[in-house]
Amino acid sequence: MFETFFGFAIPGIPFGCTYAVIAVGLVLTYQATGVFNFAFPAQAYAASLVFTALIQSAHLPSWLAFIIAAVIMSPLLGLAFDRLLFSKIPNTNTTAKLVTGISLLVGLPSLLLVAFPSNYYNPPSLIWDINTVYLTFWEIPINGAQISSVVVTVLMLGALVGLLRFTNIGLQMRGAVESRRLVQLDGVNAGGVVAVAWMVSSFLAGMSGILFSPNFGEIQSQNYALLFVFALAAAACGSFRSLPKTAIAAVLIGIGQFLFQGYLPTTGFLFTTVLPSFPFLVLAGALLLMPGLRNLDSSADPLSSVDPPLPPTAAASRLPQMDRMIKIAWYTVLGVFVVSMLTWIPKDWESVLNQGLAFSALFLSITLITGMGGQLSLAQATLAGVGAFTAAQLALHLGLNFLIGGLIGAVVAAMVAVVLAVLSLRLRGLGLALMTLAAALLFDTAIFSNQTLAGGSGGLNIQAKWLGLDLNNPNGHLYFIVAFLVVLLITGMILFIRKGTTGRVLGALKGSETGAAGIGINLTKERIMIFALSGAVAGIGGVLLVIQENVANPQSFNYAFGLIFIVIVVTTGVSTVEGAIQGGFGFVVIQKLLGYAPARFADLTFVFFAFGALTYAAHPEGILEFQKRRSYQRIERFFPSAMKKSEENELAIGIAGGVSDD
Amino acid sequence: MTDPAVTLRLKDVSKTFGIVNVVDSISFDVKAGESVGLVGPNGAGKTTLFNCVCGQLQNDHGAVYFEDQPLNGMPTYRRARLGIGRTYQRTEVFPDMTVRNHLLVAERVHSGTGRLWKDLLNMSKPTKEEIEVSDRVMDLVGLMELADTPVAALGLGHCRLVELARALAGEPTLLLADEPSSGLDERETAAMSAVLRTVQRERGTAILLVEHDLEMVSEVVDRVVVMDLGSKVAEGTFDEVMANPAVRYAYLGESA
Repeated sequence: MFETFFGFAIPGIPFGCTYAVIAVGLVLTYQATGVFNFAFPAQAYAASLVFTALIQSAHLPSWLAFIIAAVIMSPLLGLAFDRLLFSKIPNTNTTAKLVTGISLLVGLPSLLLVAFPSNYYNPPSLIWDINTVYLTFWEIPINGAQISSVVVTVLMLGALVGLLRFTNIGLQMRGAVESRRLVQLDGVNAGGVVAVAWMVSSFLAGMSGILFSPNFGEIQSQNYALLFVFALAAAACGSFRSLPKTAIAAVLIGIGQFLFQGYLPTTGFLFTTVLPSFPFLVLAGALLLMPGLRNLDSSADPLSSVDPPLPPTAAASRLPQMDRMIKIAWYTVLGVFVVSMLTWIPKDWESVLNQGLAFSALFLSITLITGMGGQLSLAQATLAGVGAFTAAQLALHLGLNFLIGGLIGAVVAAMVAVVLAVLSLRLRGLGLALMTLAAALLFDTAIFSNQTLAGGSGGLNIQAKWLGLDLNNPNGHLYFIVAFLVVLLITGMILFIRKGTTGRVLGALKGSETGAAGIGINLTKERIMIFALSGAVAGIGGVLLVIQENVANPQSFNYAFGLIFIVIVVTTGVSTVEGAIQGGFGFVVIQKLLGYAPARFADLTFVFFAFGALTYAAHPEGILEFQKRRSYQRIERFFPSAMKKSEENELAIGIAGGVSDD
Repeated sequence: MTDPAVTLRLKDVSKTFGIVNVVDSISFDVKAGESVGLVGPNGAGKTTLFNCVCGQLQNDHGAVYFEDQPLNGMPTYRRARLGIGRTYQRTEVFPDMTVRNHLLVAERVHSGTGRLWKDLLNMSKPTKEEIEVSDRVMDLVGLMELADTPVAALGLGHCRLVELARALAGEPTLLLADEPSSGLDERETAAMSAVLRTVQRERGTAILLVEHDLEMVSEVVDRVVVMDLGSKVAEGTFDEVMANPAVRYAYLGESA
């Protein structure tokens, strides 16, 4: 009995150790810099890719490749992240920190694919050979990669705990997390301290990537994302604070994973559905049950009041004359677009722009929940999938018209969103983002990968008879007309909501939950309402998308798209409807244009948007929105009456600004 | 509590964080239309007591009554709808919204007439009465010139006024003002004092004021409650409590 137990448990220890290295790196970055580094898996991927490429393509010895990839490149990457990006984000701006990390997660692997277009197979082991058995426990063979994982993890954890607990720089790191500016007043070089933390944690990311890569046949970024999720669960169990608890939780998760794998019957529901969801269930459970995770973003920089206020959006700051001009321009563009789509636009481009409409609808759900409600949801792609697969299942089994099913799908997506909102009521910022990510991953493994529910990896083909109308006829324009009307309806709905009481209430909720509750706003009700609305809109977007693509494919709705969609909408402008629409069209048009370029550039779409989103900290209204505001200001110089009003406003603002300076 | 003249009654209110009694068995009343100062050195528990009144924290022991109604266990938003308005030590404004919208949202929440379906039918435009109320309040606090300016563009002094105006737009019976002069210069503090006096005298709003600026306290309040290390050490008129040896000890460390 014991032999069986240990036979299952022991192989989990090396995996758990690798999770521990990543999890500890995450906690270290979070504790020392206040940044939850979503880019960690991308850094691990970068190190293992460079390490393997140097050995297999440049034929360098493994020790030299290790020094270049892990000891030099990884810390430099961390230093660059800090100096160029995160050091410029105010410590209290959780959303900017999260979005920047997600942008790097999305953009860096795509950029690396351009730089390293070859596929790399059988990554080499770091110290001991993966194919050699060095030890046996209870007749369990232990190979070199497994020993490397355990030994390196123990050494690194010991060094880290020593660094943080017993050195001066460790003490300074703990101070810098609260406020870089405050510890500087005590004579600490806070920038240097935080930079060291970034370099150390990036080294850990590189190490974990190199350590774990021999377990995969091929180096692919998604493998590291999976690793990241296991580590995330462990870090949550340690409340993102305790390194020892995090490390122990990581090892236990590794062991637990292998024990379940060993004991559960391979054909049962638990093995096929629950086991792959194991880390997400642990993560969700930790977020729900551990009180320490409810206030992840509660540390406030005492010097945050010296930060300049965020600029108002272009829409809020432009003059009435400009508003009228913009409206006329929009109506003109809209008219030209509709006429063009119905007359001369080539079929392949009409299809692309139709897809743009579907994405616009989906992205408008992000405008609602993040732009208006201030809640960072990473599960919008999942909710879109819920809407799409509900409609597909209703059509498949009950013969219900797909459009009617789509409306029911939107309701089901709204209900799923409500459940998510209720579960996340006590979570804010990072906690909410992680909970929605866990939900997205759960749906990926438990629902969207299910053959019965989602048609397996091929998905469910949309049959013409389901639609009733000639919607997916490539020679007609019916899809365009329906999708256009739907997007128009959603846009109108959002604009009316924004202008109305709900918009103001959401503005209050986004601005300050404490202040909002203080004037009598029921935060729970409003949060549930905005989740439901946003879920319904995402569901409708998902339905439009699968009709346009003629297939409800689970791959179109996996968690990674939830991250990518946020990055896109943040780039174009998360607080405006035109931001979402521009994001929807930009996403498909750039992909189409890149189709004309060599294949290695295919993933550059993500890079474009990721780098756009990196400007979020400087321009939280979105880079396009920022450029629009600048353009409006230039145009306004030509209107004398507008100038007068601008001067009055500037005077008023100047007086107000002077108060705090005094 | 059965005295209709009492707006707020605190009865043995206590709040503990871990092993520290931050608020220890505090009792006092605020009568209708009365202005009461709550003073004490840093760490006395004043803001924690405010949070217990507003519902942002739940008191561990004792009871809070507002106009005869027990508030224990009631969430913040319901207390606000009963008529408790508040400003904050660290400003809690809505940066993307204009000054006027701050007031309109408070009015609409107070009246309870906002509905999603009305928004969707474009029937939620501010009414003439709502605009008049917001104009009156902005006029009172001196923000009329900045009515359509996004709050993100305002400095701290104006943000404090926006908070005050937003609280007043909900027509509160009791206003809790938490260090309203913090970060303001002498002229702005005097203006803030004048506004608070007007609010109390012309609108009949009861005020509970937490403030370190004792000159402002002396100008605004009818009565003072002094706290130190979570306990009430004195209560009376401003001159009475300032002459109290326990208060002098708490503030100045002078021996009683």
